[in-house]
Amino acid sequence: MSATTDHPIEQVGGVTAKYVDQRLGSNKFLGRNLGKVFPDHWSFMLGEIALYSFIVVLLTGTFLTLFYDPSMVEVVYNGAYVPLKGVEMSQAYASTLDISFEVRGGLLIRQMHHWSALIFVAAIAVHMFRVFFTGAFRKPREFNWLVGVGLTALALGAGFTGYSLPDDLLSGTGLQIIRGILQSIPLVGTWAAFLVFGGEFPGTEIIPRLYAAHILLIPGLLLGLISAHLMMVWTQKHTQFPGPGRTNNNVVGYPLLPVYMAKAGGFFFIVFGIIALIGGLVTVNPIWIFGPYMPDQVSAGTQPDWYIGWLDGALRLMPNWESVIAGFTISWNVLIPSVVIPGILFTALAFYPFLEAWATGDKREHNLLERPRNAPVRTSIGVVAIVFYGILWIGGGNDIIATTFNLSFNALSWTLRILLIVAPPIAFVVTKRICLGLQRKDREKLLHGYESGRVLRLPHGEFIEVHQPLNYKELAVISAKEDLPVLPAPVKTDSDGVRNPHYRVDQLRHKVSSFFLRDNIERPTDAEIEAGQAHAAHSAALEAPLREYEDLDQDPVGHGGVLHHPGMPLTNQEQIDQRQ
Amino acid sequence: MGCRLCRADCSGRLDRNQSAMTALTPTENTPNEHEHSAPAKLGYSPVAEIPHRLRVTDTDPKAARRAERQVASMFALSMFFVVLSVAAYVMIDKTSIVYIPVLGEVGASNVALGFTFGIAVLLIGAGAIQWAKKLMPDVEVVQDRHDMVSDSQEDDLAVANYERGKDESGFARYKIIRRTLLGALAFFPIPIVVVLRDLWVTPAGENPTEILSHTLWAKGKRIVSDGTYQPVRPEDLPVGGLVSALPEDLMEVQEEEHNLNARGKAAIILVRMDPDQIRSQQGEGWDYNGILAYSKICTHVGCPIALYEQRTHHLLCPCHQSTFDLADSGAVIFGPAARNMPQLPISVDEEGYLVAVEDFSQPVGPSFWERDRA
Repeated sequence: MSATTDHPIEQVGGVTAKYVDQRLGSNKFLGRNLGKVFPDHWSFMLGEIALYSFIVVLLTGTFLTLFYDPSMVEVVYNGAYVPLKGVEMSQAYASTLDISFEVRGGLLIRQMHHWSALIFVAAIAVHMFRVFFTGAFRKPREFNWLVGVGLTALALGAGFTGYSLPDDLLSGTGLQIIRGILQSIPLVGTWAAFLVFGGEFPGTEIIPRLYAAHILLIPGLLLGLISAHLMMVWTQKHTQFPGPGRTNNNVVGYPLLPVYMAKAGGFFFIVFGIIALIGGLVTVNPIWIFGPYMPDQVSAGTQPDWYIGWLDGALRLMPNWESVIAGFTISWNVLIPSVVIPGILFTALAFYPFLEAWATGDKREHNLLERPRNAPVRTSIGVVAIVFYGILWIGGGNDIIATTFNLSFNALSWTLRILLIVAPPIAFVVTKRICLGLQRKDREKLLHGYESGRVLRLPHGEFIEVHQPLNYKELAVISAKEDLPVLPAPVKTDSDGVRNPHYRVDQLRHKVSSFFLRDNIERPTDAEIEAGQAHAAHSAALEAPLREYEDLDQDPVGHGGVLHHPGMPLTNQEQIDQRQ
Repeated sequence: MGCRLCRADCSGRLDRNQSAMTALTPTENTPNEHEHSAPAKLGYSPVAEIPHRLRVTDTDPKAARRAERQVASMFALSMFFVVLSVAAYVMIDKTSIVYIPVLGEVGASNVALGFTFGIAVLLIGAGAIQWAKKLMPDVEVVQDRHDMVSDSQEDDLAVANYERGKDESGFARYKIIRRTLLGALAFFPIPIVVVLRDLWVTPAGENPTEILSHTLWAKGKRIVSDGTYQPVRPEDLPVGGLVSALPEDLMEVQEEEHNLNARGKAAIILVRMDPDQIRSQQGEGWDYNGILAYSKICTHVGCPIALYEQRTHHLLCPCHQSTFDLADSGAVIFGPAARNMPQLPISVDEEGYLVAVEDFSQPVGPSFWERDRA
């Protein structure tokens, strides 16, 4: 080894690193970021699943483009799948059959592509729930929430365009429905439908056009937005759940190199491997069974991919309203469920972080996640959205449910229609009550510790119920609660008789703020918590002599971990001290 | 303030609890609290407050070696499965079918490739995670967040540079330049939108309303059954029966136009019921001896309909369950469709075959903005 310098970069085989650094200045970045700390929690893996399944979608999709032919030219099939021999079909459908039956591994890749797309959308949805219910969208992460909403919409678009490409009977029926939806748009709808389909339905243009969107436009946008999404996570650093040592100003977890990289990298292979296994073992979208698309054919009991189910359900449940105004036809029965409702839902999603910040007057930065119970109205709104969505989704399968369980689908549809109106408010109230109940329980734990359920008779005859102090983890988690005051009611005219020009807006804001915050159960002060825990510790200490006989306290880190005994594990610092 | 991290002046476990709690009170979290214990070189430090249990692999060298072997075996096995996967690709015939319990009859090649490749990839992941969990440090570390917000100096610099740019360009001064530039920028995307007009190269004199309002059907055109394309006689159709049908020239038109558009509009169903059971029709005498012809394309969003219940004469759309009563002018009796199924007036020609009397009197399929002006 050269003795010219003992600088570490020369020693650790950093010739390459130095070579690159001299051209890109990369070591500045590496030095700062190789030790970047990422917090650990199972729910943080949901976004990772979305990312990894997207990578699998890209890889498998690229393979499929090598064999798929997006053409609606009619050909006579003469391939390996015997039942369809001699049948007229589009080149797109025939090439999809070829991928499934002629190309070795083609069916596997096609099924992996489909499965990973389904998982991609599902992971996005669940990831979004996590972000919503823990308040991770709060300042400074509002932009990233918006990017996420955009990604969700694009993922649906990617899914739908891809689903349509095989040009089988099922997907063609989906396109026929899209045509009907386009035609329902007032003023421009008819022309829009003709432009999109290149004339009348089905025409010969739609598949190549969807193909361009599916393999270029949408994935391009997805890639761009995903990069922005990740870069924002990187610069803002990941949020973390409250816990011991975790504050709003730090990140507790594992450094990127090596632990996080090994875990996250390993997880990519796990996701990839599982998708490959499912793709090999579980059939998805067997287009050869459905047959080629014919606009005058349909099969009963057909279902779209899961993420479109709610829109289909909305179409099914909507009453049959249509009006003619000044000679023009407005199909409310199609327009509302397929354009208005998703429009409102996505707009509400995009605006929610800003609405909540406005309503609560909360302008602070939040790097610690909030437990769902501590934001009862937000949690309830989330549950309302899920219930609403869930009922529409069930509606999307009303024929299957009716035939499977021998129900009248008319009665089922009416039940769902009524539930769609009635269930969300009930869900709101119930969720909020549950959250508040949990808040009360938390407050009690902070003030009195745990009810151990053990009754103790003291030497002078008094009976007490032993309360135990919270363990350090739970104490940190529960006491992380933050209270926000309701925004004050504005005055119409101040003491000098000057009218408040913003009175109406302020009044509205006060009301919304009160709706969000008025029922909050206040966190006790630090002094109260300390006193409460000390009191509990005292009551538990009275019981301590008994423990010498009965080993009541098996888990010193669990409940009652505050009692000192030799089995107590060392803290990190103590271990480090010992090693030195 | 007491030192939380080294616990030098802490006594008893309760203090740790308090520090855990107070750690979350925002006012007390100044980053410099950590300064003396953070190994500044790496930019993070272990979390002091968390009790840490050593893993078996930390204390028992045998266990550590065992973990090492586990990880290495997983990586090695992964390679083995890749070899199997390639072998499966080469050796298994793509058409061979095997029976596998639970899965049923499946393509052997697909299952073998998916299984071997999936396991190979999965093993890499499992190995990496096992490595991280058993052999890499499991001490949680803490790193400060740095304020992202620019300080006032940086703010000022940004503003100053912006103002300089504004001044130097004269953007504020040259009003006319500013306005024409904005105008030009607003105008230039127009052609990009305009060229989209020919997404549908519109044949001369045609417009969507016109096209949607007519089908292939015309006076005297024979009705042929779908599939066989043979003309239908009334006696071919039993009472209670339903037949999907098309105009006789459909296949020629389809060949000529190279698309399925005509089929998508002209498809009909023929049903025959006892003439006494017909309560109403869309036109006087539009049936022929109890045979009724209706469009097959749902008026909701256009799915083809063929689920027919002969006892009730109800027609059910499989897509969104709109239900129509064919004995009562095809009226909607349930579901999201707003309009009756359009009826096609029919008769028989001199050779006794069913024919259309004229085209549909209204557009078939889903509604559209100009529908009632058509």
